[in-house]
Amino acid sequence: MPIDPTVPALELDDVSFAYRGGPPALENVSLSVEQGAFLGIAGPNGGGKTTLLRLALGLERPTGGSVRVFGRPPGTRGGPRVAYVAQRAQLASGTPVTVRETVETGRLAVRGAVGPLRADDRRAVARAIDRVGLADRAGARLRTLSGGMQQRAFIARALAAEPALLALDEPTTGVDATSQESLAQLLAELRKELGVTILYVSHEFGAVEHVVTRLVLVRGRVVFDGDPAALPALWHDPSHAH
Amino acid sequence: MLQLEFMRLALAVGVVVGILAPAVGFFLVERRQALVGDGLGHVAFAGVAAGYLLGIEPVLTALVFAVVGGLAIEWLRVRGGAAGDQALALVFYTGIALGVVLVSSAGRLDVNLFQFLFGSILTVTWGDLWLVVALGLGSLAAIAVLYRGLVGAVLDEEGSRVAGVRVNLLNTTVAVLAALTIGIAMRVVGILLIAALMALPVLAAQRVAWSLRSTLGLAMAIGLVSVVAGLVVSYYCDLAPGGTIVLFAAGAFVVAALLEAVPRS
Repeated sequence: MPIDPTVPALELDDVSFAYRGGPPALENVSLSVEQGAFLGIAGPNGGGKTTLLRLALGLERPTGGSVRVFGRPPGTRGGPRVAYVAQRAQLASGTPVTVRETVETGRLAVRGAVGPLRADDRRAVARAIDRVGLADRAGARLRTLSGGMQQRAFIARALAAEPALLALDEPTTGVDATSQESLAQLLAELRKELGVTILYVSHEFGAVEHVVTRLVLVRGRVVFDGDPAALPALWHDPSHAH
Repeated sequence: MLQLEFMRLALAVGVVVGILAPAVGFFLVERRQALVGDGLGHVAFAGVAAGYLLGIEPVLTALVFAVVGGLAIEWLRVRGGAAGDQALALVFYTGIALGVVLVSSAGRLDVNLFQFLFGSILTVTWGDLWLVVALGLGSLAAIAVLYRGLVGAVLDEEGSRVAGVRVNLLNTTVAVLAALTIGIAMRVVGILLIAALMALPVLAAQRVAWSLRSTLGLAMAIGLVSVVAGLVVSYYCDLAPGGTIVLFAAGAFVVAALLEAVPRS
């Protein structure tokens, strides 16, 4: 389905949110993210950056305001595909799932949940695994791989969905510097070659710093929104945002 | 042994149960909900008691109660604001309490009830067999068709939601399949032990499997062997079939754990 290039990839209009019975996690957040952007979402722990991402993905419903992804409510079926790489700790499992089996689940976004994969799905899975450099480990059990390799497998799962928007939540937690650098290069290539819009939540950006095109600092509300190069001090210490 | 019709019936039902219970249990174990089967078993107990009280075939009422219990657990977990273990505790204890009250009301705290609790190979009828075969094959077909979606929901529930997968529907399907499995397996294994046949073969398979698919296949094979071996041994040694079957499954776990400990070349 062709995407209208003039429609923002993500729009938040005066969005507020509070977890059940709790204080507001986000208040009056308005944000418009153009297609093809590499948006870094930073802020202190508890500042609401993951909540903002979850609202964008439709995993939480705002208590006020509205969210639109490519002009449609998040979670709408049949629209441009969205892929999500959650914090690795949430995906940990003792199950002997292989890299290939993990990446195959990414095709749910394309093929749906019913019936077997087709030949073109298998080719897409192989391409995604190859793209993250795990072709020789496709049959390996995920739990036997390093943290960085596991993270690449989860990225490959997202890529197998051929998404228009890729959301990552703290993807470099527990990952070594080399893996962080290769992740940064991979995400930059995806954005450049495929025009994928990237939402990247992290409390520290490290190697990804130089490929982010726009930075949003969140502390219950948006306290900075602009070119990351403009505010190098805040970039490294978001707690100074106030 | 096989010249006796009740043993042929028990083995035929056992083959279906031995394959189906781990196949459904696979998705529960991978979701860290291995005890859901136990909770639904207790709800099925209330169903058996209700059947006695109302004069309806207890297997049918147990099936209905177990399905309602499975849906209740899923509803409480997703919409009721209860964590998975809290939802299970609510349904588990309500089920057993309701069962005790209904059994005492019906005045049926007798041998027939114990057959449902602990399993009895003498009680399987041709009617049971056809019900088990129909529901068992239907359940296995549903798992085969929905396998990718079910695996996706297990490995990454939120990622699957974002991808547009109807995760709630898939989770409800697993809950209903678990309830059906308990309903059709209680004649052979017994309500109190069916959950073990859903979980132990999967736990054993996880120790030695090399992929998700091999885990599922090995678990079904272990379940099948456990049921057949358990029924045969219980026949010749005059033991309770449910307990014997589950002990074979537990033995498979021990063997798998030992195999896992052996260094691989």
